[in-house]
Amino acid sequence: MTAELGHFALTLALFVAIVQSSLPLVGAHRGKSQWMAVASPAALLQFGLVAIAFGCLTHLYVTSDFSVLNVAANSHTDKPMIYKISGVWGNHEGSMLLWVLIMALFGCAVAAFGGNLPPTLKARVLAVQALVAVGFYLFILLTSNPFDRLFPPPVNGQDLNPLLQDPGLAFHPPMLYLGYVGFSMAFSFAIAALIEGRVDAAWARWVRPWTLAAWIFLTAGIALGSWWAYYELGWGGWWFWDPVENASFMPWLAGTALLHSATVVEKRDTLKGWTILLAIITFSMSLLGTFLVRSGVLTSVHAFATDPARGVFILVLLIIVIGGSLALYAWRGPSLVSAGLFQPISREGALLFNNLVMATATAVVLLGTLYPLLLDAIGGGKISVGPPFFNAVFIPLMVPMIAAMAVGPLLNWKRGDWRAALQRLWPALLAAAIGGTGAWAIVTDGPFMGIVGMTLAFWLGAGTLVELAERMRLGREPLSRSLSRLKRQPRASWGMTLAHFGLAIGIAGMTGAGAWVKESIQVMKPGDTTMLAGYEFRFDGARAIGGPNYTATAGQFTVSRDGVRIGTLESEKRIYNVSGQPTTEAAIRTTVAGDLYAVIGDRDAATGGFVTRLYFNPLVVWMWIGTLVMIIGGTISLTDRRHRVGAPQTRANPPARAQAAGAD
Amino acid sequence: MVKRLPYLLPLGLFLVLSAYFAVGLTKDPSIIPSALIDQAAPQFDLPPIEGGKGAGFSTADLKEGEVSVVNIFASWCIPCRAEHPNINRLADMGVARVYGLNYKDEPGKALAWLNELGDNYTATGADRSGRVGIDWGVYGVPETFVIDGAGRIRYKHVGPIIDDKLETEILPIIEQIKRDGS
Repeated sequence: MTAELGHFALTLALFVAIVQSSLPLVGAHRGKSQWMAVASPAALLQFGLVAIAFGCLTHLYVTSDFSVLNVAANSHTDKPMIYKISGVWGNHEGSMLLWVLIMALFGCAVAAFGGNLPPTLKARVLAVQALVAVGFYLFILLTSNPFDRLFPPPVNGQDLNPLLQDPGLAFHPPMLYLGYVGFSMAFSFAIAALIEGRVDAAWARWVRPWTLAAWIFLTAGIALGSWWAYYELGWGGWWFWDPVENASFMPWLAGTALLHSATVVEKRDTLKGWTILLAIITFSMSLLGTFLVRSGVLTSVHAFATDPARGVFILVLLIIVIGGSLALYAWRGPSLVSAGLFQPISREGALLFNNLVMATATAVVLLGTLYPLLLDAIGGGKISVGPPFFNAVFIPLMVPMIAAMAVGPLLNWKRGDWRAALQRLWPALLAAAIGGTGAWAIVTDGPFMGIVGMTLAFWLGAGTLVELAERMRLGREPLSRSLSRLKRQPRASWGMTLAHFGLAIGIAGMTGAGAWVKESIQVMKPGDTTMLAGYEFRFDGARAIGGPNYTATAGQFTVSRDGVRIGTLESEKRIYNVSGQPTTEAAIRTTVAGDLYAVIGDRDAATGGFVTRLYFNPLVVWMWIGTLVMIIGGTISLTDRRHRVGAPQTRANPPARAQAAGAD
Repeated sequence: MVKRLPYLLPLGLFLVLSAYFAVGLTKDPSIIPSALIDQAAPQFDLPPIEGGKGAGFSTADLKEGEVSVVNIFASWCIPCRAEHPNINRLADMGVARVYGLNYKDEPGKALAWLNELGDNYTATGADRSGRVGIDWGVYGVPETFVIDGAGRIRYKHVGPIIDDKLETEILPIIEQIKRDGS
């Protein structure tokens, strides 16, 4: 019964979405307020229905109802409860259900909290949101129904892919989807604005929190995925430029650009057409990511489903949504007149530079991801993609952007003075020199990029602090005045400072983990020791252990430095009972200087020892801390007062005071 | 009209991209014709993976009268992990020599990878610069070639050999080459 109830609720949600996407749109066009008023209750109802459907599927997983195909294919009675629940979205059908659930959740949030939106804008936003949802409901119901029954039901299920049975990955997809789908809000606002033919500061102020929320979730989702790859794949790496990773990175890049250009629209009433385009592109990248992962046009082990019928459906959906919105942009875009003019060297100019680099980076990642596919379509050619390509193209793009990132916030709106900005940045210049020289002195045999990375990290970190000090007028006014200025900083400014500073920390971590990793692979017998990066790893031995649905070999290492015992590491090599698939559980001990990372491999038949892999990954923890700081920054910015108070007034001429105080 | 052009550009680009996608969907991404089919394998002589076993891998290994399979792999390539059990299984069957060509990889990572997943290759060559890969027409790993006893390329598979591809594609080709040869 539960499966049928879920199916029924989902079908009803489709019909509610159809109503929500049509009546309010027509109503807004004809000025019929009763028709427009349908949007909000419909959005709430739609969310309620999808929540019921999602609850039903979760119930089927929790009770291990193997008469449902989806549960039988992806679950098992021995699986721990948390993975029974995460199994709901650990497969194609369930993850699509999660997608529409989140989409409806965002719509519901606009209906509930969007009280200060102009009625026509609100109606149109909700209608566009529902229109996209209709496509996804049809996709699920016609090609990927999670509620299909299986007869006769098997005695037990086929279990979830063991690599996915991990706490990090249990929460990775929901975070990622909250990000992906969250950008649908920015998209709906952009389309609604194109239909209304009006983009102003107020519009940007409404769009920003939604974009920011999506950006926070996407950042967290990508970081969780990267963290998972780091400790679960067991080879010390944290980013592989896999098509699926790229699929989440492209909306992040475009979304970051969107956040910055929306600021320009809000503060300076310019870059309107570009911001609208970015909003469309950002969500398109989310959709494209789904298409690439779900359709099987690119082969990847992440791909749950490689079904051409689904591929065709998603492609048609893409053409309607992206093609349709870009056509609307081509038609209505030219009527969006930007008011504010600005010099190339100005805050707007710096933000535009950020936008151009981010857009180029998005295009580069897209190109690298699609190149094999494009070449195939035109009959072949030769290029290698993978980390060599991305590292060669992506890093050089980021270097000038990070360099400019410290300068941009110090420039005035409209017309900036880069000499003055650079003069104020002398502490950052000093910090950069110290960082670069320090890196060169400490890691004498490291690659050149390591020095570049550290220089940039210190430059950006110190530059961000300089900008904060400037806003406090530190040193130019009595300290008490400066501190009270600091207290009065709007939360959005704190958000920028923290996000930029977090990135600086993250760059330091990525540089350390990317450029200075030390590794050692050998066969070790119990009692053997290996020296690595000044640490002594002693292999204590291995024993067999059992888990709920796997058996494992656990190897223990004792690590010491200069004769002082630091601790023990225990790594597991698991074999899952149902699939017979092995997974590695790396043993990691985190310190501020770097991670000690040990992995036990197979028994070596000749010597009776075990293959062991030992790594010293410098500064990895700073990568996660940096991401966390960025997320905290985003969250603080999200709680800024101006997002909560009533509808802001459009200012034709911002007062000069705003330029001097120069918030984000 | 000129003013509208920048606004039409995104739509145009997207439509071109969609056309590619549409064509891409009709193709099996793992079947790509190679200009090298029925040509002699390119000349190369690669050292073994630094610190690894064996004496390397060269063109001469492919001309010893036996059917060979050349598998291009890299530790940074995630699909390679998926197909590797099948490559090991193929080597265990003994129907053909299975050579590994380690493409644009770091020796430490490659060895760790082989240690973890098993190394059943007859021999492995390290192509650190990717120069040999260019001669082979590699444009994405993994790729797998089937070579006859005379050192001619007879088949190329792009993408991981997963699901039943070993049984339905690679093994029949090896058998056919053996039948033709006798």
